[in-house]
Amino acid sequence: MDNIVIIAIAALGSLGLVAAVILYFVASKFKVYEDPKIDEVEEALPAANCGGCGFPGCRAFAEATTTSARKNKNLDGLNCPVGGNDVMQSVGSILGLEVEATDPLIAVIRCNGSIKNTPAKVKYEGATSCAFAHALYGGEGGCQFGCLGLADCVDACDFDAIHMNPETGLPVVNDKCTACGACVEACPRDIIELRKKGPKDRRIFVSCVNKEKGAPAKKNCAVACIGCAKCDKVCKFDAITINSFLAYIDFSKCTLCRKCVEVCPTEAIWEVNFKPRKPKEGKAPKPVAEKTVAKENAPTAKVEAGKAPDNETTE
Amino acid sequence: MGILKTFALGGVHPEENKLSSNAPIEKLALPKQAIVPLGQNLGAPSKPLVKRGDQVKAGQLLAEAGGFISTNIHAPVSGKVIKIDNVIDGTGYKRPGIIIDVEGDEWLDDIDLSTDLKTEIELDGKAIIEKIKNAGLVGMGGATFPTYVKLMPPPGKKAEYLIINGVECEPYLTSDHRLMLEKGPEIVVGTQILMKALNVKKAIIGIENNKPEAIHHMQELVKPIDGMTVQPLKVQYPQGGEKQLIKAVVNREVPSAKLPIEVGCVVQNVGTAFAVYEAVQKNKPLVERVVTVTGKAVKKPSNLLARIGTPIHQLIEAAEGLPENTGKIIGGGPMMGKALTSLDVPVVKGSSGILLMKKEESVREPENPCIRCSKCTTVCPMGLEPFLLSKASKLGKFDMAESEKIMDCIECGSCQYTCPASIPLLDYLRLGKNKVGAIMRNRGKN
Repeated sequence: MDNIVIIAIAALGSLGLVAAVILYFVASKFKVYEDPKIDEVEEALPAANCGGCGFPGCRAFAEATTTSARKNKNLDGLNCPVGGNDVMQSVGSILGLEVEATDPLIAVIRCNGSIKNTPAKVKYEGATSCAFAHALYGGEGGCQFGCLGLADCVDACDFDAIHMNPETGLPVVNDKCTACGACVEACPRDIIELRKKGPKDRRIFVSCVNKEKGAPAKKNCAVACIGCAKCDKVCKFDAITINSFLAYIDFSKCTLCRKCVEVCPTEAIWEVNFKPRKPKEGKAPKPVAEKTVAKENAPTAKVEAGKAPDNETTE
Repeated sequence: MGILKTFALGGVHPEENKLSSNAPIEKLALPKQAIVPLGQNLGAPSKPLVKRGDQVKAGQLLAEAGGFISTNIHAPVSGKVIKIDNVIDGTGYKRPGIIIDVEGDEWLDDIDLSTDLKTEIELDGKAIIEKIKNAGLVGMGGATFPTYVKLMPPPGKKAEYLIINGVECEPYLTSDHRLMLEKGPEIVVGTQILMKALNVKKAIIGIENNKPEAIHHMQELVKPIDGMTVQPLKVQYPQGGEKQLIKAVVNREVPSAKLPIEVGCVVQNVGTAFAVYEAVQKNKPLVERVVTVTGKAVKKPSNLLARIGTPIHQLIEAAEGLPENTGKIIGGGPMMGKALTSLDVPVVKGSSGILLMKKEESVREPENPCIRCSKCTTVCPMGLEPFLLSKASKLGKFDMAESEKIMDCIECGSCQYTCPASIPLLDYLRLGKNKVGAIMRNRGKN
């Protein structure tokens, strides 16, 4: 009896020992060196695996940053939109690099073709997917550029940051948005854009993507951009360009002066999170907004010059 | 007659509803304004040659082919070009088009407008193809593939059979049926012209058995002609599909992603054969076509000879107006047609019919979960698995859709017709085809 136990232990033990020796040599022969920093960086990332950085998952992004840090000594073009500046700073400190702060972005819905603004002329029955509806027809209200309201962007969002508003039939982005860009890709009509979140969440954008001429655009939708170029004329910072009868505000040049919002005849330019203007003398809140711009985004002297007259009026 | 021929795989037999089959073709009055879209064929849109303010005569070249697979477009009316602008087309999107204000009805001088039958074929094969190309002919069955491309087999391939498609398997539509009854001799000459152009000895006109008078009429007409026969076929949708028709008539199978010329066949619609006759013998480009206006509530289901560019509301008026309880207006037949979003959509080269559906008919049942009954697979005439393909394109798995041969789908809609769970299978398949096609084209570029 004892004998069998001893033989068994000895046989298995020696087998294990031989295997261990083989494995030891094989492991050292085929060893793949992996930078331990990759693990550290991955640890610092949000682990959302959303792909917003352009890499398939956080691990791939960690590898890319580590490689870039080793080869180029910088992290240019690499950014984790979900983690934002904090995460990028900690990634930078792991890799021993200075990382410049970037402005946080947010998804912006550039369509105001709500049920009220573009009353449906036809009724669409079919697959409940924007991608399909876009491939088949021009839109219920007749605008072939606007939101189809079938919520492909909502399905694409991993962060619960976008919802359909049943009253307007348009999607609404909340502050859970991490600017990963999944909705931008899901939208077949390129309505969603990632724009600078702006100081105190204040931002100005053209809430329309209709490239038609003024008359047909307005015919379908009361709040369409008609390409009248009034905003372009009033903008002192060269931030507005007009292409195919559609205005676009460059958020890197915009100083949030809100002049364009005032002149827009169709209310296609939106201001978000600003204090309401007081009638006439009500320019009071404006400089507040502008000061924050100047402080946080630290743009150029051009901005200072631009807002000087407003400052004078208030001081 | 024995057992009638048909294709081998799948197929359905929807209610035929050929309401307008006894209505003779009527000539529709000229529109006040003709809207001529520039993208009327499969392939690249045409390039406009006229400017705003130009005076044009009917039959004059308006736009030239914009690529290899593209066609010329001719002025369907005489008058003044008032705008080259985006116009609404059958999909509800606005695409470039030419708008002409109609003034009188003047034709180019070299167009023969007489109705005398001209049987002598003077031109040789090459000249015929050139003529067909210049006249802007496309497949009149609805796919609008440029006709001349089909007549030029790639080197090394030789056509054996010319098959003339008089099947008209779509329910409701009767434009080809009426054309065969009223323009039979012209169609026969058109077929002879096509035979000469292709240098084939055998032509077969395939007609479904639900049009006995057309079969009889055509049989009488082709009797004296060598190599031309009429083949009656069992009524089965989608027999009018090119590949299905070839299988039914000559029992050959076109391989996946290949053209009918691979098995020595060229298929042309009877409408195309008639247009070929007009283009070659009468020098008349493709500027008008027969359109069926039909529906259960339509007071006077009609077959109308309408100029290209006529807004469809004018056709509906000719059929004694829009019925009150119209739920949907469909461009084409009920199986493959697309719902139109506007009554200003013009007649184009591929418009075979306008179907006005009653509200209660047009309701789409809500989508239910797939119960794996495999009915869609059974009826698919291409041997595909629609449930799988629709799922793949719904989930964005386009690589899988491609490897499961989504591009072989002919969009006949049999799967959706038969689905007991009312899944919009064809919708998803069309999306998938769209995306996979784009992916494949991009791959070709890189």
